[in-house]
Amino acid sequence: MINKWVVYPLLMICSICLIFPICYAFFISLMDGGEILQGQILPKSVTYQNYIDAFKSVPLLQYLWNSFIVSTSVTIGMLVVSSLAAFTFVFIPFHGRNVVFFIFISTMMIPWEATMIPNFLTIQKLGWINSYEGLTIPFFALAFGTFLLRQHFKIIPLELYEASQVAGLSQFKFFYKIVLPVSKTSLVTLGAYGFLTTWNMYLWPLLVTSNDSVRTVQIGIKQLQTQEIATEWGVVMAGVIIVIIPALLLLFLGQKQLQKGLTQGSIK
Amino acid sequence: MKVVVDEEHKGQIPATINKLSFLSRTLNNRTALLYLLPSIVLFSVFVFYPMFKTVYLSFFLTDLQGRPAEFVGLENFQYLIQSESFHKSIKATLLFVLYTVPISIVTALFLAIIANEKLKGIGVFRTLFSSTMGMSVAASSVIWLFLFHPSIGAINRLLSIFNIQAIEWLVDPSWALISISITTIWMNTGFTFLILLGGLQNIDENLYESASIDGASFWYKMRRITIPMLSPTLFFIITITLINAFQTFGQVDILTKGGPAESTNLIVYSIYREAFINYQFGTASAQAIVLFFFILIVTILQFKFGEKRVFYQ
Repeated sequence: MINKWVVYPLLMICSICLIFPICYAFFISLMDGGEILQGQILPKSVTYQNYIDAFKSVPLLQYLWNSFIVSTSVTIGMLVVSSLAAFTFVFIPFHGRNVVFFIFISTMMIPWEATMIPNFLTIQKLGWINSYEGLTIPFFALAFGTFLLRQHFKIIPLELYEASQVAGLSQFKFFYKIVLPVSKTSLVTLGAYGFLTTWNMYLWPLLVTSNDSVRTVQIGIKQLQTQEIATEWGVVMAGVIIVIIPALLLLFLGQKQLQKGLTQGSIK
Repeated sequence: MKVVVDEEHKGQIPATINKLSFLSRTLNNRTALLYLLPSIVLFSVFVFYPMFKTVYLSFFLTDLQGRPAEFVGLENFQYLIQSESFHKSIKATLLFVLYTVPISIVTALFLAIIANEKLKGIGVFRTLFSSTMGMSVAASSVIWLFLFHPSIGAINRLLSIFNIQAIEWLVDPSWALISISITTIWMNTGFTFLILLGGLQNIDENLYESASIDGASFWYKMRRITIPMLSPTLFFIITITLINAFQTFGQVDILTKGGPAESTNLIVYSIYREAFINYQFGTASAQAIVLFFFILIVTILQFKFGEKRVFYQ
């Protein structure tokens, strides 16, 4: 549509501007203290010492493990809870279905930040401060997830459901033997989305973790930053690079998938 | 309503017709309840109960454990109306929304349009453009904290090449909110781009082809085909970006801690500080109610005015 000799340079310039901060962080993580203080952009010599120091100064491996556990649990929990709800809204005609669906959707209008004070008090009462439960269970039910899966389940022809009943398949068997496998792509989309958002969550882990045992990697970065800022920018950036690699990998692998799945959910 | 009898209940058919018809009539309702139970319980405990509790707490003064101690009616809200610090917070939040939302959308739309061209190696650019979606708020903020560093940060180094005086990005009250906005726009780009690109790819190619045969210019096609056909996606992404802007927290916490002179004390940071640093759960809850109404108004306005201009296929 546009001349490609116009588009290529534009694409190049935009890419450089956009990913410069990430590359810059990577370069800084390879420099020693002196070079950083000179305000260099490209490292003259490469050192890995910052990475070793980052692991020494905060228990980064423990944090990475915690983040992994938390993100995986939320992903699985969310997929189970949302897919059950979405299945019910599509295939089971029950009294008040529209009203219940409306109530589900209305939760999307309540910002998490507006309810965080009582939620924090609830978690405290349940004794879930510094526990995986406190970091995961509040995020299992997701109206957006239910909505997205409902859009995809609707594509499954109702005849398939009727045929499965004639064949004597129970509702639950129909759900996990037919609906789930058929909707694999949308489940993967929602799963990747859930994993990314949980991995990157900041405010809630900040509130409900006060020691290293379950603290996630995002809070680890903040800790690293407050500890090392005065002296060691290289160490802080090494920490940042370690933390963003899993999320970026997941994004690059699932980019096409995410784009397709999320757009479909948004406009149908 | 269609009655569904599944395997286990088939055996009961000869037993009692009356009982069966009741059981099978309510079977769907009971199954639905069972399947929806996890969602209902979780929404009740972590969404609806805390929403009511927030309203309740906003009428009280609380002790250090967050227990309501003294009923004060609407005094917390009166306090907010008079509080200069809260005025600043609202002003900062609205300015922040104004700075970030339009620029985020326009930037991402531009990127999506140039990345929608069918060229060799376009996949690489698409991946690069969406990369900030994988960046967490903590990682992004720490990187920008360094970029904004007054003496060794890349931005001021770059400015010095053009002989522009160094800017105290995060310390100067007139620049701090702009710095936070720049960080946020950068972070928004990935997700917004991905959604808009998806929207562009859903537009029927034939529309462009027939327009080209008629000799339509690039801008004509943009105005008459792209924007109208993209409007549902634009509508969706504007709402999401607006709501996200009201919920901003991490950038503020890492870059400025609400300062200097409260110029970046965005509403969620203000709630956080009031509740978890000053232990004033009552006034913090009142602020949370204000936040809730902000988002409610945005959603309603979007649906009311956005809907009319949206062109559905």
